[in-house]
Amino acid sequence: MSAPAATVATLAKGLAAGEYSSVELTRAYLERIAAAQPALNAFVTITGEAALAAAAAADAARAKGQAGRLTGVPIAHKDIFCTEGVRTTCGSKMLANFVSPYDATVVAGLRGAGTVMLGKLNMDEFAMGSSNETSFFGAVHNPWDTKMVPGGSSGGSAAAVAARIVPAATATDTGGSIRQPAALCGVTGIKPTYGRCSRYGMIAFASSLDQAGLITVSAEDAALLLGPMSGFDPRDSTSVERAVPDYTTTLGDSLEGLTIGLVKEFFDKGLDATNEQRIRDAIAVFEKLGARVREVSCPNLPLSVPTYYVVAPAECSSNLARFDGVRFGHRCESPKNLLDLYCRSRGEGFGAEVKRRIMTGTYVLSAGYYDAYYLKAQRVRQLISADFAQAFQSCDLLFGPTSPTPAFPIGAKFDDPITMYLNDIYTIGANLAGLPGMSIPCGFVDGLPVGLQIVGPHFSEARMLNAAHRYQQETDWHLRVPAAFA
Amino acid sequence: MSLSRADIENIARLARLELTEAEIPVYVDSLSKIFAFVGELDRAPTSGIAPMAHPLPGFAQRLRADEVSEPNRRDTYQQNAPQVEAGLYLVPKVIE
Repeated sequence: MSAPAATVATLAKGLAAGEYSSVELTRAYLERIAAAQPALNAFVTITGEAALAAAAAADAARAKGQAGRLTGVPIAHKDIFCTEGVRTTCGSKMLANFVSPYDATVVAGLRGAGTVMLGKLNMDEFAMGSSNETSFFGAVHNPWDTKMVPGGSSGGSAAAVAARIVPAATATDTGGSIRQPAALCGVTGIKPTYGRCSRYGMIAFASSLDQAGLITVSAEDAALLLGPMSGFDPRDSTSVERAVPDYTTTLGDSLEGLTIGLVKEFFDKGLDATNEQRIRDAIAVFEKLGARVREVSCPNLPLSVPTYYVVAPAECSSNLARFDGVRFGHRCESPKNLLDLYCRSRGEGFGAEVKRRIMTGTYVLSAGYYDAYYLKAQRVRQLISADFAQAFQSCDLLFGPTSPTPAFPIGAKFDDPITMYLNDIYTIGANLAGLPGMSIPCGFVDGLPVGLQIVGPHFSEARMLNAAHRYQQETDWHLRVPAAFA
Repeated sequence: MSLSRADIENIARLARLELTEAEIPVYVDSLSKIFAFVGELDRAPTSGIAPMAHPLPGFAQRLRADEVSEPNRRDTYQQNAPQVEAGLYLVPKVIE
């Protein structure tokens, strides 16, 4: 096997054909991870021994004729997902020594399907960031140019898949945290519909927006992995009771007659012109495949970033209240009293951006401001959601850029929160409306990847993966590997 | 919109966050900018629009029966606790 050329689909075939064992495959990836770690810092924890044991078990299952189609395929998990017996940090000093007593439902589902976990991937602290610079464990570097950010918050997942040091990775998306790093690293990312994957065991940031998903090389790989991590879970009160289709069976469907909406507000003055050209080129490929293109408008979409920066911090301030230095997590030295224990444990345990979001949320929920900020934002959210519903009256899928620009230098936007928040201007809308979204590689600007964003109606993952797969059969942007990792 | 040092100290107190002297002016500046930015929402006409209560239209939060569903795993959970004794979480004395 050759890791740089491998996809989950090809590895699954190689394992099934006996070309290599899962132990051999896992060992090869562990070597690639160790070699790349100094340059990328993509991992927080590498679970080599456990991975080799799981791989041996996968090989034994295969020998007994008990292999499924993912048995023995190595993957890695974003460090926001709880993994039983393994340190789960969420990128924070607060949880630097937290060993999860249970598995997230997503982790259990993928383990049940036979995948082998290689380790836990770096991320922005508590998934709050768009550059992976807020991690307590240090910034992740973009494999296309290690001076650049990989995007965030799932920066470790995107960098690891782009460098082919893991075949695929889980990730989460609250405002673009799967799609934006996928775009900046030149890989495929999918955020499913809100409620499609269980949030149980996925450390909460903003519960009405958080959704688990994947970063993979190809749409086909995402289709293979999405099934086992989806479905109803009674342990998540917003999990949706709805059957999960086999996403691989519709990948090859024709795009003849597909109506693509180009959202006017996605092509605004903030969009880099060269970036825009790559998006337009990609759309031309879809037209060649039989899709029709029309322009649509979502007039309230420009308000999605300010809406998000009320709703998400409000939910964050409530969710992160659980970190009190009593039952788990960081505790300060020699607290004078209980209040001192709370305030210093939290002040020391959380990083600067997390504290900024907690305080923003605390303020908008405080007496006298709730109506002006929180209720107002939830009303605007309703308007944004209605705009999307209106657009889907005349379109099957909406297309646009994932990110206004390609990857930017580490440090360039770190001290200016508003500039950083505007990185997610095209992705936040889908979270506010609970819609599924994807980013797929569609070219390069000055050697850095550009992503095409696809947004679909609720539960249209199969159609989105189908469209992305057909595009990836016509193009090879998703198969490009950074020279340093080829 | 501009927040004062006293505003930031009050928010930090409500949020149970101790800030260092150096952090306070940074948050005075950045939270003022954030609230000026989210002030854009004021221009959205929302009269008669209901606040969104669930990201999926037509869905409501599911409830479950009030029954014990999880086994007692106290000892496992307490392995992550900063300080425990005899199965109890220890905190500074609350009542003198």
